[in-house]
Amino acid sequence: MQNRRTFLKAAVLSASIAAIGGLSSSAWAADTIKVGVLHSLSGTMAISETALKETALMTIEEINAKGGVLGKKLEPVVVDPASDWPKFAEKARQLLSQDKVAVTFGCWTSVSRKSVLPVYKELNGLLFYPVQYEGEELEKNVFYTGAAPNQQAIPAVEYLMSKEGGSAKRFVLLGTDYVYPRTTNKILRAFLKSKGVAEADIIEEYTPFGHSDYQTIIAKIKKFAGEGKKTAVISTINGDSNVPFYKELGNAGLKAKDVPVVAFSVGEEELRGVDAKPLVGHLAAWNYFMSVKNPENDKFIKMYRDWAKKAKLPKADTVVTNDPMEATYVGIHMWAQAVEKAKSTDTDKVIAAMAGQTFKAPSGFTLKMDETNHHLHKPVFIGEIKADGQFNTVWKTKGPVRAQPWSPFIPGNESKQKL
Amino acid sequence: MKRLLLLISLLLCVGRASAALDPVVMQGLASDDFDGKQAAVAALAAAGDDADAQRLLKALSEDAVAVAGGRLVIVAGEQLLDPASGAPIKPAPASPESISLNNSLRQQVDGALAAVRLLSTDRGERLTAARALLADMGEGAALLPLFDKALAREQDGEIKPFLVQLAAQAALGSPDVARRLQAVRDLAGSGSPAVKALLLPLLDPANEPEEKLRLEAGTAIKAIDARLAWSDTAGQIFTGISLGSILLLAALGLAITYGVMGVINMAHGELLMVGAYSAYTMQALFRAKFPEFVDYYLLAAVPVAFFVAAAVGMLMERTVIRHLYGRPLETLLATWGLSLVLIQAARLLFGAQNVEVANPVWMSGGVQLAENLSLPWNRLIIVAFSGFVLLLVWLMMNKTRLGMFVRAVTQNRPMAGCVGVPTARIDTLAFGIGSGIAGLGGVALSQIANVGPDMGQGYIVDSFMVVVLGGVGQLAGAVWAALGLGVVTKFLEGWAGAVIAKILVLVFIIIFIQKRPQGLFALKGRFVD
Repeated sequence: MQNRRTFLKAAVLSASIAAIGGLSSSAWAADTIKVGVLHSLSGTMAISETALKETALMTIEEINAKGGVLGKKLEPVVVDPASDWPKFAEKARQLLSQDKVAVTFGCWTSVSRKSVLPVYKELNGLLFYPVQYEGEELEKNVFYTGAAPNQQAIPAVEYLMSKEGGSAKRFVLLGTDYVYPRTTNKILRAFLKSKGVAEADIIEEYTPFGHSDYQTIIAKIKKFAGEGKKTAVISTINGDSNVPFYKELGNAGLKAKDVPVVAFSVGEEELRGVDAKPLVGHLAAWNYFMSVKNPENDKFIKMYRDWAKKAKLPKADTVVTNDPMEATYVGIHMWAQAVEKAKSTDTDKVIAAMAGQTFKAPSGFTLKMDETNHHLHKPVFIGEIKADGQFNTVWKTKGPVRAQPWSPFIPGNESKQKL
Repeated sequence: MKRLLLLISLLLCVGRASAALDPVVMQGLASDDFDGKQAAVAALAAAGDDADAQRLLKALSEDAVAVAGGRLVIVAGEQLLDPASGAPIKPAPASPESISLNNSLRQQVDGALAAVRLLSTDRGERLTAARALLADMGEGAALLPLFDKALAREQDGEIKPFLVQLAAQAALGSPDVARRLQAVRDLAGSGSPAVKALLLPLLDPANEPEEKLRLEAGTAIKAIDARLAWSDTAGQIFTGISLGSILLLAALGLAITYGVMGVINMAHGELLMVGAYSAYTMQALFRAKFPEFVDYYLLAAVPVAFFVAAAVGMLMERTVIRHLYGRPLETLLATWGLSLVLIQAARLLFGAQNVEVANPVWMSGGVQLAENLSLPWNRLIIVAFSGFVLLLVWLMMNKTRLGMFVRAVTQNRPMAGCVGVPTARIDTLAFGIGSGIAGLGGVALSQIANVGPDMGQGYIVDSFMVVVLGGVGQLAGAVWAALGLGVVTKFLEGWAGAVIAKILVLVFIIIFIQKRPQGLFALKGRFVD
């Protein structure tokens, strides 16, 4: 009896330690600036978000090594909302009211961002959101360092329709069932219509989060593509569902030259879990690729590799960098610059100081935070997957593009184009 | 593609192009500009008969062309070759940066290579080329003279049908009515959706003035449709069976622990997870210790997963569940707690992120049964594996002394105890076997789904669904319920999408259980309480 009780106790204890293990508020020097890191470290989104936590910690350490901000060290507060959307709001509230963080870097899915928004508005917090998203949002308390639809989705579809991209005439819009894919596909459908694509030449398909059986959908894509005209798939599948999706795609023998798949949420990190050989030639659109060649990027990649070794990440020798990691890195640096400029961590003063901040980013361009719309001006890259899981840039914009958070392809947004 | 075909046909009319590759045009390959690259590839394709051009095309298709020191080179191992002559360059320029093609250029290069290879003297090469062209090419009207030439030369019975079809596809645009008619007839035997797509425009009088031809095209499309419909349905049924086999593997263990023993085990999903992590561990072990046998790690993972999961299950039974027999509510809560403990334990041991479990080579790819029907090996093997596990369970339950005891305890516990069956030990063993089978299910799941600490959560509802639908206490019920749910889900998915299909299936089960609480098959007899 005694044994069992101790065993249970130990089990419960270890479970609770594990649950709060991420909460490493170790005792730092008294005068620090607390910075929240709000990313899922478990659950379906952990495949994508864990690397962002690591990037945030690395960047904070880099800033601290250079003397911190306003002469104070930054102190990261890491929480794990476990891919559970209501938990995001709960953890955000904890960060703001209990830990009193000056700023939070976090969220990946739009549903998690929507979940924390009311908290940041109510407590006047500051959130940096590092992932491409569907737009249709502009909050005073949020800075969006990922791409708006016109910085990713629209150029990617234009590329597919061009001669260079294979002159696609029919489109399968495939996504996970939540706000980002639904809204993106609404914008894309309106965009395709404006380009003269018929309603019958577009199908939309959605799957739940964590879906792992893509047989029916692949069969459907094959059938749709078999009805004549060049077909392309636009995938807004998020999280670990991408692994079974690409596995099935490879097994079913659907080659990129027959039906190219362009993904908006698949980067180097997601491809680490898959054998990329059957996927060669499928595409992704981002604002940064690890394969981009420039000194800033070399520095960034080396810094992350060193960090991975130091932090003893699993498979530290094969770590990769990707677009949301770059956006996190840029976001943290811009915030630090804005705090220096405002000489305060006060939310409203920092928001004012953020306008027009610039930073020389690993993508090889100097990115600017727009004066009014809280979005970065970003370059767009389209890459094809190579056998080693990296991307080969096949198309890019000449320079950074200004974001249009309110897509002109959604009716009712006409008056918001100046934002 | 059109442009390339035009160039090839021009080349065929004019005869051999000049052997020299124009260095100015070739330099286009090194540029960042798509049009420059395309012009270069088109020029290469036009000179496709030329050995130098072929060498460069081949190098392009193998991603072996690079720019070094401002000039174009072919990378061959350590050496850098001059693309025009094929001679090694000495001294080799430093740091060659490979140029890569995008999809449409790669398609052009492959098309050019395949078209030239149709005339090759090597049979295998001709066959691959014909297959590749058939899979890749649309109508290709401009290539008709080349196909006719190849067809006239071809003696091989296996390659000829491909060429006939290629020529027929190309001849659809021919000005000669008889030729077009013959082409449509040749294509009627095809089962390919691509051919159907080529024939569809012929139904429109604007594209096809001949009435006779339009009718013929209509019949051909009907014939192709009939064949496509057959393989479509076959494909759908297979995906249903495949999903059913996975549900069965997930639920079979539960059919014993819940169905036969009446324990509501909320940690069942975590036993699947234990099995999947066993497969992962075996993979890591094989990679580290026996790299030459790494493709067979799964065979070793099967017994390991069974015994690890069985051990975990027996431990659970001994420490927690046995004290709660007859108290379903407490069992439910306690096992739910156990499931959380197991999830956290996996997080501590393996990390919170999903781990990568690779398909062995023999489970990758698929068998092509028809043009639009290919069955992936991993799914086929899992279907067979679930049949194998089912057979083992049936033998165990019906042909062994242990199975007889388990059945006796299920049917009447006090009476079984009275005649000397050690009921407590039987409980532990039966629970262990149920858990072990869940472990086997986990190995199968590791091959198609993501392996992570909370992977089991997604299967617990499905497993209970199968067991309850099939009828508690019945293995046969679980089999029918799993296959039925699999096929129904897949047909609904095809019709209404994955999200709606999931909802419809749940609604169906709720209604079914309301009308028939005992499930598909019910135990009959007075001993059932």
